[in-house]
Amino acid sequence: MKWVLVGVVVTATVLCDALQTVGMRRHGEIHDFRPSALGRAGAALARNWYVILAVALMAVSFFTFLTLLSLADLSFAVPATAASFVIETFVAKYFLKERVAWRRWSGAALVACGVALLAL
Amino acid sequence: MTSSDLRLKTRIFTAIVVLANVFGNSLMSFGVKRHGAALGSSAIEYLKVMFNPYVAAGICLLIVWMLARMALLSWADLSYVLPVTSIGYVLTAVMGRVFLGEQVSARRWIGTVLIMAGTALVGSTAVRTHDSGAGEDRARLVETAR
Repeated sequence: MKWVLVGVVVTATVLCDALQTVGMRRHGEIHDFRPSALGRAGAALARNWYVILAVALMAVSFFTFLTLLSLADLSFAVPATAASFVIETFVAKYFLKERVAWRRWSGAALVACGVALLAL
Repeated sequence: MTSSDLRLKTRIFTAIVVLANVFGNSLMSFGVKRHGAALGSSAIEYLKVMFNPYVAAGICLLIVWMLARMALLSWADLSYVLPVTSIGYVLTAVMGRVFLGEQVSARRWIGTVLIMAGTALVGSTAVRTHDSGAGEDRARLVETAR
């Protein structure tokens, strides 16, 4: 049961982050942090379908994570669900067209190993 | 915006993202455990647990986390944001040990050190390598080129 929940959290998180990144890039860099400008950005984002879908997936991920927390330790739940970011580095390279150079790959690999150790 | 400005802005937002996430998750975990009953049995249990003050405070912090992370992703690479914000796992392990009384084994501490090393390594790379989207920024680049 624990691992089924982990699977749902990971799938939802990967899709959520990919959509969120695409949505925010299409919106453009946030560089004005005055409340009025942030309000306008918020209003624009509320009509951005990538962001809307991402938030829906985040809700799925959140409630599944909440369920997992009621069954398992926080220090199991958080690292186990972190498997998502290994998949996400591949998504970033092949779908989001980011240049993932050796320093970033090795850094990501170190983090992944660390996360695996935490989860075992 | 110069690259050092971008890096500073990125550092500030990374700190907000990490702290809001760690404290949000810890408060939520504490609240859910205090609440007692296992979730997953009924929808009403979820609603009830959300009115627990610790869970409610945790949710507020997670909203801050989400918004700050969205802003960060508007300019930074996903493959940068993920490893760099994973320093939060280290803080989560520490919080679990200190405040929730969870056992953190030697193996988990080794994992923690690996994560810190990976975070530092990725933190030294460029914040942005993609050129897709970022409409305003590209417009500014075009302006500069003229």
